[in-house]
Amino acid sequence: MERHDRKLGLLSAMPLGLILVLSFLAPLVVVAVFSVMPAKVFTLAHMPDFSAYSVFFERGYYKSLLWSLAMALIATLALFLVCWPLAFGMAKVFGRFTLVLTVAVVMSLFVSENIRLFGWVLTLMKGGLFEGYFRSLTGIGFDSPLYNTGIIIFGLVYVYLPFMLFPLAQGISMVPDDTRQAAADLGASRWQILCQVELPLAAPGIMVGSLLTFVLAAGALAESKILGGQAVIVIADDIETAFTFGQNWPLGAALSMVLIVIIGGLALFGVSRIDLDAIMGRKR
Amino acid sequence: MTSQPILRLRNVVKTFGSFTALPGVNLDIEEGEFFTIVGPSGSGKSTLIRLLVGMDEVTEGEIWLRDRRIDQTPANQRPTCMVFQSLALFPHMSVGQNVEFPLKLRKVPAEKRRDRALELLDLLRLPQSYYSKRISQCSGGERQRVALARALAFDPEILFFDEPLSALDYRLRKTLEKELKDLHSRTGKTFVYITHSLEEAMVMSDRIAIMNKGHFEQIAVADEIYGRPVNRFVAEFMGEVNLFDVTGTDGGGLSGAGLESHMNGHAETCGVAMAPGATGTLMVRPEYVRFLASSDTADFTLRGILHGEYALGSRIQYEVETLGGQVITVEKLREDRVDRQPGAEVVLGFDGDHVHLIRGQ
Repeated sequence: MERHDRKLGLLSAMPLGLILVLSFLAPLVVVAVFSVMPAKVFTLAHMPDFSAYSVFFERGYYKSLLWSLAMALIATLALFLVCWPLAFGMAKVFGRFTLVLTVAVVMSLFVSENIRLFGWVLTLMKGGLFEGYFRSLTGIGFDSPLYNTGIIIFGLVYVYLPFMLFPLAQGISMVPDDTRQAAADLGASRWQILCQVELPLAAPGIMVGSLLTFVLAAGALAESKILGGQAVIVIADDIETAFTFGQNWPLGAALSMVLIVIIGGLALFGVSRIDLDAIMGRKR
Repeated sequence: MTSQPILRLRNVVKTFGSFTALPGVNLDIEEGEFFTIVGPSGSGKSTLIRLLVGMDEVTEGEIWLRDRRIDQTPANQRPTCMVFQSLALFPHMSVGQNVEFPLKLRKVPAEKRRDRALELLDLLRLPQSYYSKRISQCSGGERQRVALARALAFDPEILFFDEPLSALDYRLRKTLEKELKDLHSRTGKTFVYITHSLEEAMVMSDRIAIMNKGHFEQIAVADEIYGRPVNRFVAEFMGEVNLFDVTGTDGGGLSGAGLESHMNGHAETCGVAMAPGATGTLMVRPEYVRFLASSDTADFTLRGILHGEYALGSRIQYEVETLGGQVITVEKLREDRVDRQPGAEVVLGFDGDHVHLIRGQ
């Protein structure tokens, strides 16, 4: 009977399994194979070589990768610091106001990311909303904060806030109130409660939020293009250029593979360290 | 017990918005006693304990721990500690780490912490191998002991308990009640315990306080509360009871509720003498009510119809409806089971030594 059940389960999972294989795995395989093709070919029927990967180091593409990873890391840390108090409030303090906040944050996702970023450009550029008004009122102008790495990180923090906020709030809601009270009762200060009770117990939420934002930010393109004015080139920019302007698919594929392997490895490592069932509300 | 109470509450008031949970509580708890506060849900006992450990702030009034006023002291600076109803163990730490938590906060060296934790596991009859177990691997009773060990590691001046046994099954609860009482005498600490279960309170406590609607109805030792409650609420709260509305008669006796009194003048010695016309409630516990054969006599008798028989394990409970429609509860040991069928007419009797008169109610 049990064997029969298992067979049925496998059979019913088949259609979806096939779709997943075709839509997720197949493109990945194509990209992987393209990455070992010689430069500037457009079919997979060539002798494999690893020239694209050597270009990665020779032409300094690794610098773009490092920029991407570094900015993603800083943005993730900044997001964690910004979102923790907010998420704590949503999970434990705000009550019904949490819903208002949730709707407000989700609404911002309805507008395309590029349009929102252009909004910031109009606000921050020289002669824009801030500087323009300030100059016409006081006669004193100032330089635009646009077009540097700082503003790119700001953009990343701004765009990926929901992806940190909601998992974090979920994680914090998993910290039972009475464990915090018990810790205080046993003599723990606010800081000790944070470090020894709240952070460890909210770890699944922290991990999910951090992974989401880091992975998304490491592959982000629009922030550096629109806000950063390409003050630095990020790896996603290099990949796009290789596929389009450069017409060098194997190079683009190789750069993609490097990014995929690094981020995929990180994600697998992170997910293996936490109890995903716990955050999904399932008990073991 | 020393002359100075370890904990004194002076006119403690707690309000939530327009709702007054505690209208002004006064209480003295003696050093080293096992003090239990019993009350139905909503009686304010949980509110009170939250004030005592510092999880809520008093609206008015003072709490003194010996010579120190503590009502404005935050929970993490009070030398008291609580065992939560949910136990509130830290699920991400091992048993050992849980027990060592308060010691770690005080920066006790790792080796000393470990020694103390193992000592406490011993005290609570947990095998030392549990030191490295995860909380999720422990059973309900074992978690209870871990929570106790953690609280004792804190070495509190007073150990508070907020209904820690209420989630456990009957057998385990009975075992742990006795263990708690035993632990109390071995540690010599002051225990303040909150429960809605009278049985729990009776088994463990030195003194019991009956709480209702934010104030104490009676504070006394268990026997006194059980045998000589000050009012109907306490009488009914402390388990099965038969209450009769009575009035004093001219002869110095009493009557009412179908009772026939044959006190023959020794009402005085039994403490049930009433002035003529005075009203009161006569209380008798079910275990003191007897079924009378035609030749038997008793200080008080009444007639009724036997309704039902319910087995309560070691005891049998009978319900008898009097001619006035009042249902009387009688309890007998199983070995004293009576041979009467439901529907039979019976005569019940009890003696003046076993009744208690609540005057004026």
